[in-house]
Amino acid sequence: MAQTPASPHNILINDQVAENITRTEELAYELRVSEVMTSSPKTLSPEMIMRDVVEMFRKARISGAPVVQGENLVGIISMEDLIHCLCQSDLDAQASKYMTRDVLTVKGTDPVVEALKIFVSSKVGRLPVIDDQGKLIGILTKGDITRGLLKALQRDIQVEEIRKYRASHLFEDIESDRTSLILRYNIKPRDFTHGGAASSHIKRALLRLGASPQIARRCGIAVYEAEMNLIIHTLRGGVIRVEIEPNRISIEAYDDGPGIPDVELAMKPGYSTASEEIRELGFGAGMGLANIARCVDNMVLESVVDKGTRLKMRINLDKEESVGEGYSSKLDGGTS
Amino acid sequence: MNLAQIVDQLHLTLLTEPRNLAELQPSGGYTSDLLSCVMSGAKQKSLWVTLQAHGNIVAVAALLDLCAVIITEGAQPEPATVEKANQEGIILLSTNEPSFAVVGKLWEMGLRAC
Repeated sequence: MAQTPASPHNILINDQVAENITRTEELAYELRVSEVMTSSPKTLSPEMIMRDVVEMFRKARISGAPVVQGENLVGIISMEDLIHCLCQSDLDAQASKYMTRDVLTVKGTDPVVEALKIFVSSKVGRLPVIDDQGKLIGILTKGDITRGLLKALQRDIQVEEIRKYRASHLFEDIESDRTSLILRYNIKPRDFTHGGAASSHIKRALLRLGASPQIARRCGIAVYEAEMNLIIHTLRGGVIRVEIEPNRISIEAYDDGPGIPDVELAMKPGYSTASEEIRELGFGAGMGLANIARCVDNMVLESVVDKGTRLKMRINLDKEESVGEGYSSKLDGGTS
Repeated sequence: MNLAQIVDQLHLTLLTEPRNLAELQPSGGYTSDLLSCVMSGAKQKSLWVTLQAHGNIVAVAALLDLCAVIITEGAQPEPATVEKANQEGIILLSTNEPSFAVVGKLWEMGLRAC
């Protein structure tokens, strides 16, 4: 797989490249040999004179070809066989005398990774492709695989670009007095394993909708702190609800208990009611709500003991930062 | 200075999958074991020194786009944490040294607070 577009050892790996690497590997399993091979390749007959074989290779600019009798593969002639023949000055011999008879083959229905394994473990440069009846249907080189993988990756990138484009224009063609997109996440109590999952998903969704990295980061931090509060403090968990509009993001985190006795005290940086056990995990610094206040434009914390807590946060987006309305609105914002 | 030089000089162990560390340049450093402090104090592409090794360090590092996390005092993350870090593209490094020694060496190398 030396020809993959991104090897982990020679270029900087960002998220996108990392995605492509695993995608290349996935593709090696998904793609079938028949999708990347060269169909109807040049073939030789066993009776063909070696002099004509040389001439054919030169004209077609190839360095090997399968030998077939009727439709069945009987051998292959590669450069090595040709050199062998030239050393004997035996160009008038028939192809059958110099061809390699034990031919490694792959089936058209095999995943590409099978062919890669053969290329890695043997020294062959090309593999004849056969169907279930042993009939020759194509030929496969490493170059064919590289081209096939690159084409498939290109298709993937186009799909992602279309998806991103569509998401970033989500609101543009929808007419209403007020359009918004609402995301809801159910947060379970003490579920530290999934802590940060909702915030990561929200951050990703915002980036896809065309939000700036700064806005996505601010929103991610605010949601993370709210999410951890629900995990640490609630009795039965809670809900994070994010409403995305072109000009604002409204976040609500709410639960049904236990409630905060003194909201003002809770807002004080450094104040925490987290248990020793939770502090050992690095939570409970008493900085969560202070962090949220720093990241959002507006926040309101309401709580009733034994009833529950509701934290409302809002991030306003000015014209250049609007989400879901594509680039046109941003250009307008820049000029007006 | 790049991350490869830091790993080399501080004899750090790379816990996540191999990457070209020479191309990563930390913007600064931050140390704390309290996640909310990190959330508010660590800047983008900075290096975070902590003895916390549980899964939430990956979530924090990913949300903040940190350059890498150095886990000190020989604390070992669970395999699931390392796997999550690989998925998120987060670099986890480990050392037996305490945080104070690591920060001191980083400062000597020229890395400053965020």
